Amino acid sequence: MALRMWASSTANALKLSSVSRPHLLPPFSFSRCLSSVLDGLKYADSHEWVKHEGSVATIGITDHAQDHLGEVVYVELPEPGGTVSKKSGFGAVESVKATSDINSPISGEIVEVNKKLTETPGLVNSSPYEDGWMIKVKPSDPSELDSLMGPKEYTKFCEEEDASH
Amino acid sequence: MRGGLWQLGQSITRRLAHGDKKAVARRCFASEAELKKTVFHDFHVAHGGKMVPFAGWSMPIQYKDSIMDSTINCRENGSLFDVSHMCGLSLKGKDAAPFLEKLVIADVAGLAPGTGTLTVFTNEKGGAIDDSVITKVTDDHIYLVVNAGCRDKDLAHIEEHMKAFKAKGGDVSWHIHDERSLLALQGPLAAPVLQHLTKEDLSKLYFGEFRVLDINGSECFLTRTGYTGEDGFEISVPSEHGVDLAKAILEKSEGKVRLTGLGARDSLRLEAGLCLYGNDMEQHITPIEAGLTWAIGKRRRAEGGFLGADVILKQLEEGPKIRRVGFFSSGPPPRSHSEIQDEGGNNIGEITSGGFSPCLQKNIAMGYVKSGLHKAATKVKIIIRGKPNEGVVTKMPFVPTKYYKPS
Repeated sequence: MALRMWASSTANALKLSSVSRPHLLPPFSFSRCLSSVLDGLKYADSHEWVKHEGSVATIGITDHAQDHLGEVVYVELPEPGGTVSKKSGFGAVESVKATSDINSPISGEIVEVNKKLTETPGLVNSSPYEDGWMIKVKPSDPSELDSLMGPKEYTKFCEEEDASH
Repeated sequence: MRGGLWQLGQSITRRLAHGDKKAVARRCFASEAELKKTVFHDFHVAHGGKMVPFAGWSMPIQYKDSIMDSTINCRENGSLFDVSHMCGLSLKGKDAAPFLEKLVIADVAGLAPGTGTLTVFTNEKGGAIDDSVITKVTDDHIYLVVNAGCRDKDLAHIEEHMKAFKAKGGDVSWHIHDERSLLALQGPLAAPVLQHLTKEDLSKLYFGEFRVLDINGSECFLTRTGYTGEDGFEISVPSEHGVDLAKAILEKSEGKVRLTGLGARDSLRLEAGLCLYGNDMEQHITPIEAGLTWAIGKRRRAEGGFLGADVILKQLEEGPKIRRVGFFSSGPPPRSHSEIQDEGGNNIGEITSGGFSPCLQKNIAMGYVKSGLHKAATKVKIIIRGKPNEGVVTKMPFVPTKYYKPS
Protein backbone atom coordinates (compact mmCIF):
# COMPACT_ATOMS: atom_id res chain seq x y z
CA MET A 1 0.00 0.00 0.00
CA ALA A 2 1.47 3.31 -1.06
CA LEU A 3 0.70 5.04 2.20
CA ARG A 4 3.12 7.69 3.32
CA MET A 5 3.86 6.64 6.85
CA TRP A 6 4.43 8.91 9.77
CA ALA A 7 4.45 8.49 13.49
CA SER A 8 3.55 10.16 16.69
CA SER A 9 6.45 11.74 18.51
CA THR A 10 5.62 9.87 21.69
CA ALA A 11 8.26 7.35 22.58
CA ASN A 12 5.92 4.45 23.12
CA ALA A 13 3.86 4.91 19.99
CA LEU A 14 3.59 2.00 17.62
CA LYS A 15 5.78 -0.47 19.45
CA LEU A 16 5.86 -3.48 17.17
CA SER A 17 6.11 -7.13 18.03
CA SER A 18 5.34 -10.49 16.49
CA VAL A 19 2.24 -12.17 17.79
CA SER A 20 0.65 -15.43 16.78
CA ARG A 21 -2.73 -13.90 15.95
CA PRO A 22 -3.98 -10.34 15.72
CA HIS A 23 -6.63 -9.37 18.22
CA LEU A 24 -10.06 -9.01 16.75
CA LEU A 25 -11.54 -5.58 17.30
CA PRO A 26 -14.81 -3.94 16.29
CA PRO A 27 -14.69 -2.20 12.89
CA PHE A 28 -14.50 1.28 14.41
CA SER A 29 -12.27 1.45 17.40
CA PHE A 30 -9.74 3.72 18.99
CA SER A 31 -6.35 3.68 17.36
CA ARG A 32 -4.13 1.12 18.98
CA CYS A 33 -0.58 1.72 20.06
CA LEU A 34 0.52 -1.75 19.03
CA SER A 35 0.59 -3.07 15.47
CA SER A 36 0.96 -6.78 14.97
CA VAL A 37 3.22 -8.57 12.53
CA LEU A 38 2.57 -12.23 11.81
CA ASP A 39 5.07 -15.01 11.32
CA GLY A 40 4.67 -16.99 8.15
CA LEU A 41 3.86 -13.99 5.95
CA LYS A 42 5.95 -11.91 3.59
CA TYR A 43 5.83 -8.11 3.61
CA ALA A 44 6.33 -5.33 1.09
CA ASP A 45 7.83 -1.93 1.82
CA SER A 46 4.54 -0.38 0.70
CA HIS A 47 2.87 -2.22 3.61
CA GLU A 48 1.08 -5.12 1.98
CA TRP A 49 1.39 -8.71 3.19
CA VAL A 50 1.41 -11.96 1.20
CA LYS A 51 0.58 -15.45 2.36
CA HIS A 52 1.65 -18.09 -0.17
CA GLU A 53 -0.10 -21.45 0.15
CA GLY A 54 0.11 -23.99 -2.66
CA SER A 55 -0.61 -22.35 -5.98
CA VAL A 56 -2.34 -19.29 -4.50
CA ALA A 57 -1.05 -16.21 -2.69
CA THR A 58 -3.38 -14.12 -0.54
CA ILE A 59 -2.72 -10.37 -0.28
CA GLY A 60 -3.88 -7.62 2.08
CA ILE A 61 -2.58 -4.56 3.87
CA THR A 62 -0.73 -4.84 7.16
CA ASP A 63 -1.90 -3.99 10.62
CA HIS A 64 0.64 -1.17 10.64
CA ALA A 65 -0.88 0.24 7.47
CA GLN A 66 -4.47 0.15 8.67
CA ASP A 67 -3.42 1.68 11.97
CA HIS A 68 -1.97 4.68 10.20
CA LEU A 69 -4.82 4.96 7.76
CA GLY A 70 -7.58 5.04 10.37
CA GLU A 71 -11.06 3.66 9.86
CA VAL A 72 -11.50 2.24 6.39
CA VAL A 73 -14.79 3.33 4.83
CA TYR A 74 -14.35 1.97 1.31
CA VAL A 75 -12.17 -0.60 -0.43
CA GLU A 76 -11.87 -0.56 -4.20
CA LEU A 77 -10.73 -3.87 -5.66
CA PRO A 78 -10.30 -5.23 -9.17
CA GLU A 79 -12.33 -7.99 -10.81
CA PRO A 80 -11.23 -11.65 -10.78
CA GLY A 81 -9.49 -12.68 -13.97
CA GLY A 82 -7.40 -9.55 -14.22
CA THR A 83 -3.69 -9.46 -13.61
CA VAL A 84 -1.49 -7.69 -11.11
CA SER A 85 2.13 -6.67 -11.47
CA LYS A 86 4.74 -6.49 -8.76
CA LYS A 87 4.82 -3.00 -7.24
CA SER A 88 1.88 -1.79 -9.33
CA GLY A 89 -1.44 -0.65 -7.94
CA PHE A 90 -4.47 -2.92 -7.99
CA GLY A 91 -6.92 -0.99 -5.84
CA ALA A 92 -7.45 1.71 -3.25
CA VAL A 93 -8.39 2.05 0.38
CA GLU A 94 -10.41 5.04 1.56
CA SER A 95 -10.48 6.26 5.13
CA VAL A 96 -12.42 9.19 6.55
CA LYS A 97 -9.64 11.55 5.54
CA ALA A 98 -7.41 9.91 2.98
CA THR A 99 -7.09 7.71 -0.07
CA SER A 100 -4.27 5.22 -0.45
CA ASP A 101 -3.29 3.09 -3.41
CA ILE A 102 -2.76 -0.60 -2.78
CA ASN A 103 0.24 -2.05 -4.58
CA SER A 104 0.68 -5.71 -5.32
CA PRO A 105 3.83 -7.28 -3.85
CA ILE A 106 3.89 -9.90 -6.62
CA SER A 107 2.78 -10.48 -10.22
CA GLY A 108 0.10 -12.90 -11.31
CA GLU A 109 -3.50 -13.57 -12.17
CA ILE A 110 -6.30 -12.52 -9.79
CA VAL A 111 -8.33 -15.63 -8.99
CA GLU A 112 -10.48 -14.31 -6.16
CA VAL A 113 -11.52 -11.00 -4.61
CA ASN A 114 -12.87 -10.49 -1.09
CA LYS A 115 -16.40 -9.32 -1.82
CA LYS A 116 -17.14 -8.94 1.88
CA LEU A 117 -15.07 -5.77 1.89
CA THR A 118 -17.64 -4.03 -0.29
CA GLU A 119 -20.21 -4.18 2.50
CA THR A 120 -17.86 -4.30 5.47
CA PRO A 121 -14.70 -2.32 4.72
CA GLY A 122 -13.98 -2.11 8.44
CA LEU A 123 -12.77 -5.70 8.28
CA VAL A 124 -9.49 -4.24 7.07
CA ASN A 125 -9.17 -2.54 10.46
CA SER A 126 -10.54 -5.28 12.65
CA SER A 127 -8.89 -8.23 10.93
CA PRO A 128 -6.20 -7.11 8.48
CA TYR A 129 -4.55 -10.54 8.22
CA GLU A 130 -7.68 -12.70 8.08
CA ASP A 131 -11.18 -11.48 7.24
CA GLY A 132 -9.74 -8.28 5.79
CA TRP A 133 -7.76 -10.01 3.02
CA MET A 134 -8.19 -8.39 -0.38
CA ILE A 135 -7.20 -10.53 -3.35
CA LYS A 136 -5.94 -14.02 -4.08
CA VAL A 137 -3.41 -14.31 -6.85
CA LYS A 138 -1.92 -17.17 -8.82
CA PRO A 139 1.72 -16.00 -8.90
CA SER A 140 3.33 -15.88 -12.33
CA ASP A 141 6.78 -16.03 -10.75
CA PRO A 142 6.86 -17.44 -7.19
CA SER A 143 10.50 -16.44 -6.83
CA GLU A 144 9.32 -12.81 -6.52
CA LEU A 145 8.33 -13.72 -2.98
CA ASP A 146 11.98 -14.22 -2.06
CA SER A 147 12.71 -10.50 -2.31
CA LEU A 148 9.98 -9.56 0.17
CA MET A 149 10.63 -8.99 3.86
CA GLY A 150 10.08 -11.53 6.61
CA PRO A 151 8.34 -10.50 9.85
CA LYS A 152 11.47 -9.47 11.73
CA GLU A 153 12.79 -7.46 8.83
CA TYR A 154 9.41 -5.79 8.31
CA THR A 155 9.12 -4.94 12.00
CA LYS A 156 12.48 -3.24 11.84
CA PHE A 157 11.53 -1.49 8.60
CA CYS A 158 8.41 -0.03 10.22
CA GLU A 159 10.32 1.14 13.27
CA GLU A 160 12.88 2.87 11.10
CA GLU A 161 10.25 4.43 8.86
CA ASP A 162 8.29 5.75 11.82
CA ALA A 163 11.43 7.07 13.46
CA SER A 164 12.25 9.11 10.37
CA HIS A 165 8.99 11.08 10.53
CA MET B 1 2.34 7.98 -3.86
CA ARG B 2 -0.97 9.18 -2.61
CA GLY B 3 -2.81 9.25 0.67
CA GLY B 4 -2.26 9.30 4.37
CA LEU B 5 -2.99 11.89 6.98
CA TRP B 6 0.41 13.43 6.38
CA GLN B 7 -0.62 13.93 2.79
CA LEU B 8 -3.82 15.61 3.95
CA GLY B 9 -1.82 18.10 5.97
CA GLN B 10 0.46 18.77 3.04
CA SER B 11 -2.27 19.16 0.47
CA ILE B 12 -4.20 21.57 2.66
CA THR B 13 -1.03 23.52 3.33
CA ARG B 14 -0.33 23.87 -0.36
CA ARG B 15 -3.85 24.92 -1.15
CA LEU B 16 -4.00 27.39 1.69
CA ALA B 17 -0.81 28.94 0.38
CA HIS B 18 -2.39 29.40 -3.06
CA GLY B 19 -1.82 32.92 -4.28
CA ASP B 20 1.45 33.29 -2.42
CA LYS B 21 4.07 31.68 -4.63
CA LYS B 22 6.96 32.23 -2.23
CA ALA B 23 5.02 30.70 0.60
CA VAL B 24 4.33 27.60 -1.45
CA ALA B 25 8.00 27.04 -2.18
CA ARG B 26 9.00 27.81 1.36
CA ARG B 27 6.43 25.55 2.95
CA CYS B 28 6.97 22.63 0.64
CA PHE B 29 10.58 22.51 1.72
CA ALA B 30 10.18 23.35 5.39
CA SER B 31 11.61 20.68 7.62
CA GLU B 32 9.69 19.79 10.74
CA ALA B 33 12.23 21.72 12.79
CA GLU B 34 11.29 24.88 10.91
CA LEU B 35 7.57 24.56 11.57
CA LYS B 36 6.11 27.01 14.03
CA LYS B 37 4.77 25.62 17.28
CA THR B 38 1.81 26.79 19.30
CA VAL B 39 2.13 27.06 23.06
CA PHE B 40 0.19 23.80 23.23
CA HIS B 41 2.68 21.79 21.19
CA ASP B 42 4.25 19.84 24.06
CA PHE B 43 0.81 19.38 25.60
CA HIS B 44 -0.41 17.82 22.34
CA VAL B 45 2.53 15.46 22.11
CA ALA B 46 2.15 14.44 25.75
CA HIS B 47 -1.50 13.58 25.03
CA GLY B 48 -0.73 11.41 22.03
CA GLY B 49 -1.15 14.10 19.41
CA LYS B 50 0.02 13.14 15.94
CA MET B 51 1.66 16.29 14.65
CA VAL B 52 1.69 17.15 10.95
CA PRO B 53 2.71 20.24 8.99
CA PHE B 54 -0.23 22.55 8.44
CA ALA B 55 0.10 26.05 6.98
CA GLY B 56 3.64 26.31 8.28
CA TRP B 57 2.73 25.05 11.74
CA SER B 58 3.16 21.75 13.52
CA MET B 59 -0.44 20.89 14.35
CA PRO B 60 -2.22 17.83 15.78
CA ILE B 61 -4.25 16.07 13.15
CA GLN B 62 -5.40 13.38 15.56
CA TYR B 63 -4.93 12.15 19.13
CA LYS B 64 -5.49 8.67 20.53
CA ASP B 65 -9.13 8.80 19.45
CA SER B 66 -9.80 7.99 15.82
CA ILE B 67 -11.00 10.77 13.55
CA MET B 68 -14.34 8.96 13.32
CA ASP B 69 -14.75 8.82 17.10
CA SER B 70 -13.51 12.37 17.60
CA THR B 71 -16.04 13.73 15.14
CA ILE B 72 -18.93 11.88 16.71
CA ASN B 73 -17.82 12.79 20.23
CA CYS B 74 -17.76 16.48 19.35
CA ARG B 75 -21.45 16.32 18.46
CA GLU B 76 -22.40 14.11 21.41
CA ASN B 77 -20.21 15.62 24.13
CA GLY B 78 -17.56 18.08 23.06
CA SER B 79 -14.17 18.77 21.58
CA LEU B 80 -11.28 21.02 22.46
CA PHE B 81 -9.23 22.24 19.49
CA ASP B 82 -6.01 24.20 19.35
CA VAL B 83 -6.61 26.81 16.65
CA SER B 84 -3.73 29.06 17.67
CA HIS B 85 -2.30 28.78 14.17
CA MET B 86 -5.12 31.10 13.12
CA CYS B 87 -4.29 34.78 13.39
CA GLY B 88 -6.13 37.12 15.75
CA LEU B 89 -5.84 40.88 15.37
CA SER B 90 -7.50 44.08 16.50
CA LEU B 91 -8.27 47.19 14.48
CA LYS B 92 -8.64 50.30 16.59
CA GLY B 93 -9.56 53.90 15.92
CA LYS B 94 -12.56 56.10 15.24
CA ASP B 95 -12.54 54.96 11.60
CA ALA B 96 -11.90 51.26 12.17
CA ALA B 97 -15.34 50.28 10.88
CA PRO B 98 -15.31 52.40 7.70
CA PHE B 99 -11.80 51.17 7.00
CA LEU B 100 -12.75 47.52 7.35
CA GLU B 101 -15.85 48.03 5.23
CA LYS B 102 -13.58 48.83 2.30
CA LEU B 103 -12.12 45.35 2.60
CA VAL B 104 -14.98 43.04 3.61
CA ILE B 105 -18.56 42.45 2.53
CA ALA B 106 -20.09 42.68 6.01
CA ASP B 107 -22.13 45.56 7.39
CA VAL B 108 -19.52 46.36 10.02
CA ALA B 109 -21.09 49.67 10.99
CA GLY B 110 -24.37 47.88 11.61
CA LEU B 111 -22.90 45.39 14.07
CA ALA B 112 -23.90 46.06 17.64
CA PRO B 113 -20.97 46.25 20.06
CA GLY B 114 -20.31 42.77 21.41
CA THR B 115 -21.49 41.01 18.26
CA GLY B 116 -19.76 39.53 15.25
CA THR B 117 -20.27 37.76 11.97
CA LEU B 118 -18.57 35.63 9.36
CA THR B 119 -17.35 37.74 6.49
CA VAL B 120 -15.17 37.62 3.38
CA PHE B 121 -12.21 39.78 2.38
CA THR B 122 -12.53 40.42 -1.35
CA ASN B 123 -10.08 41.27 -4.09
CA GLU B 124 -10.72 43.76 -6.87
CA LYS B 125 -12.47 41.10 -8.95
CA GLY B 126 -14.84 40.19 -6.15
CA GLY B 127 -13.03 36.95 -5.41
CA ALA B 128 -12.36 35.79 -1.87
CA ILE B 129 -8.99 36.61 -0.37
CA ASP B 130 -10.00 34.92 2.88
CA ASP B 131 -12.98 34.32 5.10
CA SER B 132 -12.85 35.73 8.60
CA VAL B 133 -14.91 36.06 11.75
CA ILE B 134 -15.06 39.73 12.70
CA THR B 135 -16.39 41.05 15.99
CA LYS B 136 -17.16 44.60 17.04
CA VAL B 137 -15.85 45.02 20.58
CA THR B 138 -16.70 48.71 20.71
CA ASP B 139 -17.41 51.26 17.99
CA ASP B 140 -13.69 51.94 17.71
CA HIS B 141 -12.36 48.41 18.23
CA ILE B 142 -12.83 45.45 15.90
CA TYR B 143 -11.42 42.01 16.64
CA LEU B 144 -10.79 39.61 13.74
CA VAL B 145 -9.57 36.08 13.26
CA VAL B 146 -8.18 35.05 9.87
CA ASN B 147 -7.11 31.67 8.54
CA ALA B 148 -3.61 30.44 9.24
CA GLY B 149 -2.71 29.77 5.64
CA CYS B 150 -3.83 33.25 4.59
CA ARG B 151 -2.16 35.19 7.39
CA ASP B 152 0.73 36.63 5.41
CA LYS B 153 -1.33 37.80 2.46
CA ASP B 154 -4.16 39.06 4.67
CA LEU B 155 -1.82 41.14 6.81
CA ALA B 156 -0.04 42.50 3.73
CA HIS B 157 -3.41 43.35 2.19
CA ILE B 158 -4.67 45.10 5.32
CA GLU B 159 -1.40 46.97 5.80
CA GLU B 160 -1.35 48.21 2.21
CA HIS B 161 -4.87 49.56 2.44
CA MET B 162 -4.33 50.96 5.91
CA LYS B 163 -1.40 53.05 4.68
CA ALA B 164 -3.54 54.57 1.95
CA PHE B 165 -6.44 55.09 4.34
CA LYS B 166 -4.30 56.82 6.96
CA ALA B 167 -2.62 58.94 4.30
CA LYS B 168 -6.06 60.40 3.63
CA GLY B 169 -6.50 61.22 7.29
CA GLY B 170 -8.25 58.06 8.44
CA ASP B 171 -7.93 57.12 12.10
CA VAL B 172 -7.11 53.40 12.31
CA SER B 173 -4.32 51.26 13.72
CA TRP B 174 -3.86 47.59 14.39
CA HIS B 175 -2.41 45.06 16.79
CA ILE B 176 -1.68 41.42 15.97
CA HIS B 177 -2.42 39.24 18.99
CA ASP B 178 0.69 37.07 18.81
CA GLU B 179 0.84 37.19 22.59
CA ARG B 180 -2.42 35.23 22.70
CA SER B 181 -3.45 31.70 21.81
CA LEU B 182 -6.74 30.45 20.49
CA LEU B 183 -8.76 27.46 21.64
CA ALA B 184 -12.05 26.27 20.19
CA LEU B 185 -14.36 24.50 22.64
CA GLN B 186 -17.23 22.96 20.72
CA GLY B 187 -20.19 20.70 21.34
CA PRO B 188 -23.12 20.31 23.73
CA LEU B 189 -20.89 20.24 26.83
CA ALA B 190 -18.96 23.36 25.82
CA ALA B 191 -21.19 25.82 27.67
CA PRO B 192 -21.74 23.77 30.85
CA VAL B 193 -18.02 23.07 31.15
CA LEU B 194 -16.92 26.62 30.46
CA GLN B 195 -19.49 27.97 32.90
CA HIS B 196 -17.55 26.26 35.69
CA LEU B 197 -14.52 28.37 34.83
CA THR B 198 -16.06 31.83 34.74
CA LYS B 199 -18.45 33.83 36.89
CA GLU B 200 -20.21 35.53 34.01
CA ASP B 201 -23.53 33.95 33.01
CA LEU B 202 -22.84 32.30 29.66
CA SER B 203 -26.51 31.60 29.06
CA LYS B 204 -26.79 35.30 28.19
CA LEU B 205 -24.09 35.09 25.52
CA TYR B 206 -25.61 34.07 22.20
CA PHE B 207 -24.20 32.79 18.93
CA GLY B 208 -21.96 35.40 17.33
CA GLU B 209 -21.58 37.42 20.51
CA PHE B 210 -18.31 38.48 22.11
CA ARG B 211 -17.13 39.30 25.62
CA VAL B 212 -13.88 40.14 27.32
CA LEU B 213 -14.00 38.30 30.62
CA ASP B 214 -12.05 36.34 33.18
CA ILE B 215 -11.85 32.62 32.51
CA ASN B 216 -9.88 30.37 34.86
CA GLY B 217 -8.09 33.41 36.23
CA SER B 218 -6.99 35.13 33.02
CA GLU B 219 -8.55 37.74 30.77
CA CYS B 220 -9.91 36.09 27.65
CA PHE B 221 -11.69 37.18 24.50
CA LEU B 222 -14.70 34.91 24.24
CA THR B 223 -16.78 34.51 21.09
CA ARG B 224 -19.73 32.15 20.95
CA THR B 225 -18.94 30.68 17.57
CA GLY B 226 -17.04 27.87 15.91
CA TYR B 227 -16.54 26.02 12.69
CA THR B 228 -18.23 22.73 13.53
CA GLY B 229 -21.93 23.52 13.37
CA GLU B 230 -22.17 22.95 17.12
CA ASP B 231 -22.76 25.36 19.95
CA GLY B 232 -19.43 26.40 21.36
CA PHE B 233 -16.81 29.05 21.85
CA GLU B 234 -13.57 30.38 20.52
CA ILE B 235 -11.37 31.52 23.37
CA SER B 236 -8.43 33.85 22.94
CA VAL B 237 -6.29 33.36 26.05
CA PRO B 238 -2.96 34.96 27.03
CA SER B 239 -0.43 32.43 25.79
CA GLU B 240 1.18 31.98 29.19
CA HIS B 241 -2.16 30.76 30.56
CA GLY B 242 -3.16 28.64 27.58
CA VAL B 243 -2.11 25.21 28.77
CA ASP B 244 -3.63 25.78 32.22
CA LEU B 245 -6.92 26.68 30.58
CA ALA B 246 -6.85 23.63 28.31
CA LYS B 247 -6.17 21.38 31.31
CA ALA B 248 -8.95 23.01 33.32
CA ILE B 249 -11.47 22.51 30.52
CA LEU B 250 -10.58 18.85 30.14
CA GLU B 251 -10.70 18.30 33.90
CA LYS B 252 -14.07 20.02 34.33
CA SER B 253 -15.60 17.82 31.66
CA GLU B 254 -14.37 14.66 33.40
CA GLY B 255 -13.00 13.24 30.19
CA LYS B 256 -16.08 13.79 28.03
CA VAL B 257 -14.67 16.79 26.20
CA ARG B 258 -11.79 15.33 24.23
CA LEU B 259 -8.77 16.90 22.63
CA THR B 260 -9.56 16.85 18.93
CA GLY B 261 -7.36 17.39 15.91
CA LEU B 262 -7.59 18.99 12.50
CA GLY B 263 -8.75 15.77 10.86
CA ALA B 264 -11.99 15.68 12.82
CA ARG B 265 -12.35 19.44 12.55
CA ASP B 266 -12.35 19.10 8.79
CA SER B 267 -15.04 16.41 8.97
CA LEU B 268 -17.14 18.55 11.29
CA ARG B 269 -17.01 21.69 9.18
CA LEU B 270 -17.80 19.64 6.05
CA GLU B 271 -20.81 18.05 7.75
CA ALA B 272 -21.88 21.57 8.70
CA GLY B 273 -21.56 22.69 5.07
CA LEU B 274 -18.87 25.26 5.86
CA CYS B 275 -16.22 26.32 3.37
CA LEU B 276 -12.55 25.55 3.81
CA TYR B 277 -10.56 28.40 2.32
CA GLY B 278 -8.16 26.93 -0.23
CA ASN B 279 -10.58 24.14 -1.13
CA ASP B 280 -14.09 25.55 -1.37
CA MET B 281 -13.21 29.21 -1.60
CA GLU B 282 -10.34 30.82 -3.43
CA GLN B 283 -9.29 34.06 -5.07
CA HIS B 284 -11.37 33.35 -8.15
CA ILE B 285 -14.54 32.40 -6.28
CA THR B 286 -16.92 35.16 -5.22
CA PRO B 287 -19.02 35.05 -2.06
CA ILE B 288 -22.12 34.80 -4.26
CA GLU B 289 -20.81 31.70 -6.01
CA ALA B 290 -19.83 30.24 -2.64
CA GLY B 291 -23.37 30.63 -1.33
CA LEU B 292 -22.49 33.40 1.11
CA THR B 293 -24.89 36.01 -0.23
CA TRP B 294 -26.44 36.13 3.23
CA ALA B 295 -23.16 37.56 4.56
CA ILE B 296 -23.46 40.70 2.44
CA GLY B 297 -25.28 43.20 4.60
CA LYS B 298 -28.44 44.77 3.23
CA ARG B 299 -26.93 48.25 3.19
CA ARG B 300 -23.80 46.91 1.50
CA ARG B 301 -25.88 45.40 -1.30
CA ALA B 302 -27.28 48.83 -1.95
CA GLU B 303 -24.08 50.80 -1.47
CA GLY B 304 -21.20 48.49 -2.36
CA GLY B 305 -18.01 50.15 -1.21
CA PHE B 306 -15.92 47.00 -0.87
CA LEU B 307 -13.31 45.70 -3.30
CA GLY B 308 -14.87 43.96 -6.27
CA ALA B 309 -18.30 45.37 -5.48
CA ASP B 310 -19.13 45.87 -9.15
CA VAL B 311 -18.62 42.17 -9.90
CA ILE B 312 -20.47 41.02 -6.82
CA LEU B 313 -23.43 43.36 -7.16
CA LYS B 314 -23.78 42.32 -10.79
CA GLN B 315 -23.86 38.68 -9.74
CA LEU B 316 -26.48 39.57 -7.17
CA GLU B 317 -28.59 41.05 -9.92
CA GLU B 318 -28.02 38.50 -12.67
CA GLY B 319 -27.16 35.40 -10.69
CA PRO B 320 -23.75 33.70 -10.73
CA LYS B 321 -22.65 31.24 -13.41
CA ILE B 322 -21.58 28.60 -10.90
CA ARG B 323 -22.80 27.70 -7.43
CA ARG B 324 -21.49 25.74 -4.50
CA VAL B 325 -23.74 22.83 -3.61
CA GLY B 326 -23.66 19.72 -1.46
CA PHE B 327 -23.73 16.11 -2.67
CA PHE B 328 -24.47 12.65 -1.39
CA SER B 329 -22.88 9.86 -3.37
CA SER B 330 -22.24 6.13 -3.52
CA GLY B 331 -18.98 4.31 -4.07
CA PRO B 332 -15.66 5.79 -2.93
CA PRO B 333 -15.79 9.05 -1.01
CA PRO B 334 -15.34 12.01 -3.37
CA ARG B 335 -12.25 14.11 -2.84
CA SER B 336 -11.17 17.56 -3.95
CA HIS B 337 -10.94 17.88 -7.74
CA SER B 338 -13.19 14.95 -8.61
CA GLU B 339 -15.04 15.86 -11.81
CA ILE B 340 -18.82 16.25 -11.72
CA GLN B 341 -20.82 15.25 -14.79
CA ASP B 342 -24.47 15.39 -15.65
CA GLU B 343 -26.28 12.16 -16.44
CA GLY B 344 -25.31 12.54 -20.08
CA GLY B 345 -21.58 12.54 -19.28
CA ASN B 346 -21.01 16.27 -19.74
CA ASN B 347 -18.70 18.10 -17.35
CA ILE B 348 -20.69 20.43 -15.12
CA GLY B 349 -18.28 21.14 -12.30
CA GLU B 350 -15.80 19.92 -9.73
CA ILE B 351 -15.77 18.64 -6.16
CA THR B 352 -13.89 20.94 -3.78
CA SER B 353 -14.24 18.97 -0.53
CA GLY B 354 -15.51 15.51 0.23
CA GLY B 355 -15.20 12.51 2.42
CA PHE B 356 -17.03 10.00 4.52
CA SER B 357 -19.31 11.57 7.11
CA PRO B 358 -18.77 9.95 10.52
CA CYS B 359 -22.16 11.17 11.78
CA LEU B 360 -24.16 10.14 8.72
CA GLN B 361 -22.06 7.08 7.81
CA LYS B 362 -22.22 7.99 4.14
CA ASN B 363 -20.30 9.99 1.58
CA ILE B 364 -20.76 13.75 1.53
CA ALA B 365 -19.13 16.39 -0.62
CA MET B 366 -19.40 19.95 -1.79
CA GLY B 367 -18.38 21.49 -5.06
CA TYR B 368 -19.32 23.91 -7.78
CA VAL B 369 -21.75 23.20 -10.59
CA LYS B 370 -23.13 25.33 -13.39
CA SER B 371 -26.08 27.43 -12.33
CA GLY B 372 -29.30 25.73 -13.34
CA LEU B 373 -27.96 22.35 -12.23
CA HIS B 374 -27.75 23.34 -8.58
CA LYS B 375 -31.22 22.37 -7.41
CA ALA B 376 -31.52 19.77 -4.67
CA ALA B 377 -32.26 16.28 -6.01
CA THR B 378 -30.44 16.90 -9.30
CA LYS B 379 -28.71 13.65 -10.25
CA VAL B 380 -25.03 13.75 -11.15
CA LYS B 381 -22.07 11.48 -11.73
CA ILE B 382 -18.93 12.00 -9.68
CA ILE B 383 -15.85 10.68 -11.44
CA ILE B 384 -13.37 8.97 -9.14
CA ARG B 385 -10.31 7.20 -10.53
CA GLY B 386 -11.89 7.34 -13.94
CA LYS B 387 -15.16 5.71 -12.94
CA PRO B 388 -18.56 7.41 -12.61
CA ASN B 389 -20.41 7.10 -9.31
CA GLU B 390 -24.01 8.04 -8.60
CA GLY B 391 -24.45 11.35 -6.81
CA VAL B 392 -27.26 13.72 -6.00
CA VAL B 393 -27.30 17.43 -5.18
CA THR B 394 -28.47 18.20 -1.66
CA LYS B 395 -28.97 21.24 0.53
CA MET B 396 -26.45 21.89 3.28
CA PRO B 397 -25.76 21.58 6.16
CA PHE B 398 -25.59 17.79 5.99
CA VAL B 399 -25.82 17.62 9.78
CA PRO B 400 -28.16 20.22 11.33
CA THR B 401 -26.45 23.07 13.15
CA LYS B 402 -27.02 23.72 16.84
CA TYR B 403 -26.06 27.34 17.29
CA TYR B 404 -27.21 28.86 20.56
CA LYS B 405 -29.69 31.56 19.63
CA PRO B 406 -32.42 33.41 21.50
CA SER B 407 -35.60 31.37 21.21
